[in-house]
Amino acid sequence: MTLLVQYTLIFASVLILVALGGCFAEHSGVINLGLEGTMLVGAMGGALTMRYLTDKLPTFALILLVILISMAAGALYCSLLAVASINLKADQTIVGTALNMLGIAGVTVVVKAINTAANPDDVSSVINYGAAREKFLVKLGDFEFSWFMLVTLILLVAAYVILYKTRFGLRMMACGEHPQAAASVGINVFKMRWAGVLISGAYGGLGGIVFIMAGASEWRFEYGVAGFGFLSLAVMIFGQWKPQRIALAGLLFGLFRALSNVYSSFDFLAKMDIPSPVYNMLPYIISLIVLAFTSKSSQAPKAEGIPYDKGMR
Amino acid sequence: MKKILKNDGVQSLLASLICILLGLLIGYVVLLFIEPSGAGEAIKAVIKNFLTYNKKESQLKYLGNTLVKAAPLVMCSLSILFSYKVGLFNIGAAGQYCIGIACSLYCALALKLPWWVCTLVAVLGGALAGSISGLLKAYCNVNEVISGIMLNWIILYGTNMLLTNVKEATSPYTKEVARTSAASLLPTLGLGKFFNNNKYVGVSVIAAVVIAVIVWVVLEKTRFGYELRATGGNKNAAKYAGMAEKRNIIVTLAISGALAGLGAAMLYLTSYEQWNCSTSSVPGMGFNGIAAAFLGGLNPIGAILSSFFIQHITAGGAYVDKKIYCAQISDLISSIIIYLCGFVFFMKLMMNKRIAKQEERAQKALAKKAAEGGKEQ
Repeated sequence: MTLLVQYTLIFASVLILVALGGCFAEHSGVINLGLEGTMLVGAMGGALTMRYLTDKLPTFALILLVILISMAAGALYCSLLAVASINLKADQTIVGTALNMLGIAGVTVVVKAINTAANPDDVSSVINYGAAREKFLVKLGDFEFSWFMLVTLILLVAAYVILYKTRFGLRMMACGEHPQAAASVGINVFKMRWAGVLISGAYGGLGGIVFIMAGASEWRFEYGVAGFGFLSLAVMIFGQWKPQRIALAGLLFGLFRALSNVYSSFDFLAKMDIPSPVYNMLPYIISLIVLAFTSKSSQAPKAEGIPYDKGMR
Repeated sequence: MKKILKNDGVQSLLASLICILLGLLIGYVVLLFIEPSGAGEAIKAVIKNFLTYNKKESQLKYLGNTLVKAAPLVMCSLSILFSYKVGLFNIGAAGQYCIGIACSLYCALALKLPWWVCTLVAVLGGALAGSISGLLKAYCNVNEVISGIMLNWIILYGTNMLLTNVKEATSPYTKEVARTSAASLLPTLGLGKFFNNNKYVGVSVIAAVVIAVIVWVVLEKTRFGYELRATGGNKNAAKYAGMAEKRNIIVTLAISGALAGLGAAMLYLTSYEQWNCSTSSVPGMGFNGIAAAFLGGLNPIGAILSSFFIQHITAGGAYVDKKIYCAQISDLISSIIIYLCGFVFFMKLMMNKRIAKQEERAQKALAKKAAEGGKEQ
């Protein structure tokens, strides 16, 4: 049972972080389909930091640095989306899809190159961070508390405050609803959208490092992040683009994902003898059903996905 | 010269060539960063692919392999461009391709059905997956990109589950079609002997080209295609003009899915590849189809050329020096090319702007000349 709670919380952290990332981009008016790739790039940034600096830094500094570098890597990567979709008015769906493929191919090439340079016989895309992973965990009895859970909570509250209680957030949301109207009262739509996409990348990148450290002490980067970026988009839609609801949706989806890891330790579930792929499918099936019922009255930002054109005023 | 440049097709071709050149250039720069000394050789290997071999026989044989894998890619890119012309982004093509694999391999390996039945079931499977997205879009307003992505993963896990029944006992791969059920193999039509007895080359290569032409005719030359494109242009206008816009959305995604499903049968029923039953990500063929569709300028005939090119460099990645570089360098190049394809609209805009500016200047010069001429008289 403790294991289920632990997995639920850590997977929920990933989903909430990445879904909030998607939420920031969409509130500013840009659809970020490239979250899957963003997660992977952020994860690589964090994993490389741990590979080189684990022994050289005190625990607190290491944790802080891993978080910051993952966020920076994600934000930097998303600037590719920002340039294309905001400044050059490219089709956001194509660019997002390209970023997912570029993420997995680019990260594999980089990690393999680093591994091969360090040891000519090593042609794998694995980074090991087992020693550093321990530092992120605090044992409370059977329960392994991860500092990432706390960070997620802080960033969740921060997202709520930024979006609804600050001038910056409200202005950004105006750019996602009606950019022409926002521009007419003197808001720089391009800047606001850039900000939305960069914050999105930072949240997504952090989500990536949390994901790969959730249950493993090393990661094979050519495997990607197993669709978590896409699942987070479902969490975001299920949460109707509102941080507090995204948190609940994230917990629910996290629970289903955790079940696929630990269902065999529950007698009644083990007895039902459902093959494990079914548990993997469940979150996606549920989100499809939920989407079918909720999409008619969608709260999506009105102007998302449409490049801002000054001449349309 | 200017007239040629104004032509939309020529602009598309130019934009695609720019994308390819930039993609290769960035790939080369990445190789330089990893290890400068072998970068030239490596990028040559990627571009040459089967031409790396000196003997003509080997070249032909590996050209055959590239063709065998390009055929399903053509189908996937047709799937993407067919729906894109109707205003739908069928990212679910990857899943529809995957369900095609599941159907064709299960029919072949477990039920040992003849090849045309296996192919038909794969087509129906793909169409079913596509029409689910279509139904959700038409009646529940679910964005087809989101439902497609969800279906991709559901189908991937389902495929793993189904095909575990027909896998080898000792490996995660499915049994070979050639050994288990020879009747399920696609006919080769004796084409193999043109490719140094490559036993995989067959009807699929010809079928891909024929279907591309059919898709072009349907989209551009029939009333049905016109209705579909009109629905894509403006759903409400199509509705008021008396077209069944809901039906059109569903039919489009079903056809799109059928094309992707057929692509899977074309590859897996040649026995060229086996499915790994512990695959953890959706097969890339569907996503590469997006690259091929946009690189081909969203034209079915362009899709044939671009699919061959993308498959060509993907296969070429296998020939780089593995001690220094890795084969994924080709994936990197093709993903950069798709990223750049997002700018095609922008590039065309710039080209048209330049042409317009030059014309304006020419006209002004003419007007000035005329005015000066007037004074003299």
